[in-house]
Amino acid sequence: MKTLRSLRHVLAVSSLLVGATPAFADKADDTLKVAFDGEINNVDSYFNTTRGGVVLQRAIWDGLVHRDSATGEYVGNLATSWEWIDDTTLEFKLREGVVFHDGSPFTADDVVGTVEFISNPDSGVITQRFVSWLAGAEKVDDYTVRLKLADVFPAALEYLSGPISIYPSDYYAEVGPDGMGMKPVGTGPYRVESVKPGERYVLTKNEDYFDSPKGAPSIGTIDIRTIPDVNTQIAELFTGNINVAWRLPSDLAQKLDNTPGITVTSASSIRVGFIMMDAAGRTGDTPLSDVRVRRAINHAINRQEMVDTLLKGGSQVVNTPCFPEQFGCVQEYVEYDYDPEKAKALLAEAGYDDGVSIDIYAFSNQDYVEAIAGYLSEVGVTLNIKMLKFPAVVEKMKSDAAPMVFMSSGSWSLNDVSAIISEFFKHSPIDFAQDDEVLEWLNVADTAIDPEVRKEYYGKAIMKITDQAFWAPMFSYNTFYAFSDTVDYTPTNDEILHFIDMQWK
Amino acid sequence: MIQFLLKRILLALLVSLTVSLLSFMLMFLSGDPAVAIAGEGATDADVELVRLRYGFDRPIGIQYLDWLGGAVRGEFGDSYYFNLPVSELIAERLSVTMTLGLCGMGFALATAIPLGVVAAMRPNSLIDRTALLISVVGQAIPSFWFGLILIVVFAIELRWLPPSGTETWRHFIMPTVVLGYYAMPAIMRLTRAGMLEVLNSDYIRTARAKGSSELRVMFKHALRNAIIPVVSLAAVQLGFMLGGSIVVESIFALHGAGYLAWESIARNDLPTVQALILIFSMFYIVFTLLADVLNAWLDPRMRSS
Repeated sequence: MKTLRSLRHVLAVSSLLVGATPAFADKADDTLKVAFDGEINNVDSYFNTTRGGVVLQRAIWDGLVHRDSATGEYVGNLATSWEWIDDTTLEFKLREGVVFHDGSPFTADDVVGTVEFISNPDSGVITQRFVSWLAGAEKVDDYTVRLKLADVFPAALEYLSGPISIYPSDYYAEVGPDGMGMKPVGTGPYRVESVKPGERYVLTKNEDYFDSPKGAPSIGTIDIRTIPDVNTQIAELFTGNINVAWRLPSDLAQKLDNTPGITVTSASSIRVGFIMMDAAGRTGDTPLSDVRVRRAINHAINRQEMVDTLLKGGSQVVNTPCFPEQFGCVQEYVEYDYDPEKAKALLAEAGYDDGVSIDIYAFSNQDYVEAIAGYLSEVGVTLNIKMLKFPAVVEKMKSDAAPMVFMSSGSWSLNDVSAIISEFFKHSPIDFAQDDEVLEWLNVADTAIDPEVRKEYYGKAIMKITDQAFWAPMFSYNTFYAFSDTVDYTPTNDEILHFIDMQWK
Repeated sequence: MIQFLLKRILLALLVSLTVSLLSFMLMFLSGDPAVAIAGEGATDADVELVRLRYGFDRPIGIQYLDWLGGAVRGEFGDSYYFNLPVSELIAERLSVTMTLGLCGMGFALATAIPLGVVAAMRPNSLIDRTALLISVVGQAIPSFWFGLILIVVFAIELRWLPPSGTETWRHFIMPTVVLGYYAMPAIMRLTRAGMLEVLNSDYIRTARAKGSSELRVMFKHALRNAIIPVVSLAAVQLGFMLGGSIVVESIFALHGAGYLAWESIARNDLPTVQALILIFSMFYIVFTLLADVLNAWLDPRMRSS
C-alpha cells in the first residue's frame, strides 16, 4: 500500500510538471476554494473529532478569550476582562453589541446556556476532555457571568481561547447538536451558507463582525470540498479549481514547490512524535523494563536524519515529552545524542549483546516506524512492526499487550503541557511508566495557580521522564500547505487554517 | 417459475442475514468501536461516555438483535459518526453510486459487445488482435493509475474535463470510463467466445443457406444466443460496480456509497456499515435474479425448465 502510494505521487507529480501552469479565476469572484482530506463528522464543534472541524469552529464561532499567537498573551474576545473570584470561580465582563449570525444579541444568557449544556455529561459532548473541567455558569447581570470550575484548573484560559465556543443559547436549545451541525450559527468572522455533510461547506464573510482581536475577515466566500485523494487535490490546484490544500505529504510538497503558480509553505506543528516503552513491565517480562535498554534505544535512533530526510520543512528534533514552545515544556532534560556504539554498549551491559526482538505497535506514519526499525536493527534490536487501526492499538495498550508504541500527540492544539504529559503519565491505562513520583509532581503542576510553581513541577517531571527514558521523544511534525499564488497567508503552528487571516494578493 | 423465484428469494435473504451477522462481529473484532468514535487522543472518560451512550456495554448478541429488529422495520438508526439518520445519508450517496455504476455498465456494454462481435467475425485478424489488446490492457491497468492518467491528460493538459466532483454530467465522464473499462474485458471476451461458438453451429449455417443477410445472421440469430451468458456476467459486474467503486469514487472525489462504506469501516460506524452491506448484498441478489429473468426472456428453453 505504501509503495503504491509513493508510486502514485511520483507518477502524478512527474506527469503534472510537464508543461502545465495553473490558471486561477477565483480572485475575480472573491471565492477561496479549499480542499479538506477527510469527512467532518459534525460541524457542531462539541461533537467533532476532526482537524477540519476545528478549522470551521474557529471561523464560525468565538471564544470568551483569544490567545495572541505572536505574544502568547490572552486578550478578551467575547469577554473584555476577567477576574479570578476564587480558585474555582472565574468572572467575565462581556463585550456589548455583538450579534449572532441570526441577528440575536450576544448576552450572558448565551454563555450560561452554552456552559451549562457542555458541562452536563448527559449532553453527550463527544470531546469531554475539553469541557469536563467546567462545572457550570451563572449570570450576574446581562453582561457579567461567572464560570464555576469542577476543580482548580490553571489552564482554563487556554481552553477558553481554543475549543470552548459560545453558542446562541435559545437557538441551540431549539435545534440541538444535529441542527447546529447542519445550520451552524455563531458570532464568528464567517457565517455558514450551506452544509452538505462530509462533502461540502460554504462560508461567507460576516459583514457585521465585531472588532475582534482575531482580526477582520477579508475574503468573501470560502468554498470547502472534501477531496480524499491527495493527487486529485493537486490536480485541482493545477486546474485552478482549488486555491488551498493542506496537510500534504512531505515528498509531494517538495516536488510541488518548483511549480509556477503554486506556493508551498510549511509550518512546524505542535504535534510531537514519540516512542512509548513498557517501563512498568505491564506486558510481563520485557527487556524494556531495564532502563539501560530504554536509554540504548534513545541513543540508537538518528532523529536529525529522520527530520532532514523524512519530515523536512519546519519539523525539529524534540528531546522532551512535549512541544518545546508549549507552556510548561521546560527545556531542561537528559539528552540522548545519536550514538550507536553507546547503545550497543548499554545493551551489552544489560545482557542483550546477542540482540533482542520487540513488538512495536503503530497506527500511522509507517515510514517513520520503518526508519526507526532500521536504526534499531543496527544495534541488534529487531522491531516487529504491527500496524493496526487506531482503536485496535489503544486496545492493545490498555490490555497490557503492547510493549512499544509509536504515537503522536497534537495536544489538541492546546498550548499547555497538561494536554500531553498529564495525559500520558498520570497512571491512566495508557501510562506505560506508572511512576508514582511523576504522578505526584504532575498533580501539583496541574492544579497550581502560580505559573512558576507549575513550571517547576512540570520541569521535575520532564527531568525524570527523560532521565529514566520512559519515552523516546522523536520530533515535532510539520504541516505542508499549498496555495495558489493569488493567496496571501502565513500558516501558524497550531495545525489550523485561519480563514480570517487569508487575503488575495 | 414462481416457486423457483420464491426459493431464490428465501435463499437470498438467508445469505444477507449471514453476511450482516458476520460483518457485525468483524466490526467488534477489529477494535473497540467506542474508541473509534471518540477519536484519536480521546481520554478514558470520553471513551466510557461513548460506550454507555451507544450501548456498547451490552452483549454483542443483544446489540445485533437490536439492530436486526430496526432493520426489519426499515429503521437503520443514526450514523455514529455523522449523527444523522443512516437512511438519509445513504440515499444521497447511493444516487451518485447508482449513476456512476449504470453509466459505467452502459459504457462497458456499448464498447464490449460491438468489439466482441467484430472480433468474432474475423477471428485472429488484426481487428481481433486489437480487441484482445484493448481488453488485456483494461484488465491489467489498476483503476487508480488509469484514473490519474485520465486526469493528467484530460483535466490538466487539455483542460477538457473537470478533475473531480459531481456538479455536472461532465464530472462523470472520466469516472465512467475508468469504471466501465475495468468491466469491459470480461464482457468482450465472453461475447467473442459465445459468438464464435454460435457461428459454428448448424442453425447459423441454415440461416446463411436460407440467404439471410450477414447482418441479420449476426444480430438476429447469433448475438441473441451468444449474449445469454453475457447477461449473467453483466449483472454480477454491475453488483460489483455498485459496491466496489471505492477507488474510483475516492480518486474523483465522488461522495458515493462505496467511499462511504470504506470510510465507515475505518471509523467503526456500525449502523452505516451494516446498512450498506445489506444494500450491497441486496444488489447482488436482485441483479442475479434479474439476470435469470432476462435470460428466460432471451432463451425460451429456460422458461419451461
